[in-house]
Amino acid sequence: MDLHEKRIPIIKIRDFLIVSIQVDMHDKLAIQLQSQILEEIGRTGAKGVLIDISVLEMVDSFIGRMLSGMASMASIMDAAVVIVGMQPAVAITLVELGLEMPGVDTALNMEKGMEMLEKRLKDLEHNFF
Amino acid sequence: MLELAPDRNFELLGEYAIETEYDIVMARQTVRQFAKKAGMGIVDQTRITTAVSELFRNMYNYAGGGKVLIERGDVESHDALIITCIDHGPGIENLELAMSDGYTSGMGMGYGLPGTKRLVDRFEIQSKINEGTTVRIMKWK
Repeated sequence: MDLHEKRIPIIKIRDFLIVSIQVDMHDKLAIQLQSQILEEIGRTGAKGVLIDISVLEMVDSFIGRMLSGMASMASIMDAAVVIVGMQPAVAITLVELGLEMPGVDTALNMEKGMEMLEKRLKDLEHNFF
Repeated sequence: MLELAPDRNFELLGEYAIETEYDIVMARQTVRQFAKKAGMGIVDQTRITTAVSELFRNMYNYAGGGKVLIERGDVESHDALIITCIDHGPGIENLELAMSDGYTSGMGMGYGLPGTKRLVDRFEIQSKINEGTTVRIMKWK
């Protein structure tokens, strides 16, 4: 597998961005993805980001911090981040590692994550009027 | 090079250099393959892969890289996968502090050592200022 020159695609559907991480990310790629997503939020005005990590076999402290950092930055830009599909072994390891991911919402799968974001959007509209 | 219990006899499975970020990714994938081959379950595979990822990154960030040995052997009648990380970096001044939970060394690499220790069955570390650091972790099958 060529690890160089990889870019992770970001797809926009309605008000949401969808990102599916399909590669074992090295640190620079993780940082690049973080800024790529924030740029896309800024460019499209997306209200939510779904990040599918179901293929990731490992989330270490660096990737964990990248994800929670992105959630706080996105929230400043008025977008919610939902991490979907974390493997049970990854969740167990993250807790044992002692890594907390404040501000990061998680959902079991893409569909549930989408429901979370839609509900949030509806609540926001409701509160506005 | 610092020696950790050199009397043990392990079978060397591989030796890898960590010089770039790509090396970190390749080496942690290699460790996972060996863990799988050793018959570890998916959670233990994930634990050992995550643990080495933390150690490899420490070597890369703080010592400019280093060397990794992957071995398999019998430790106290456990079938063990043994990973040794050797660097010639600045060394760790206060090991006790570095091993205490919540300690972070400037660049936000906080959870490194104590977190890594929790993921494995055996954790050994030696460090000498201006000579380097050797960390050896073991995971039973």
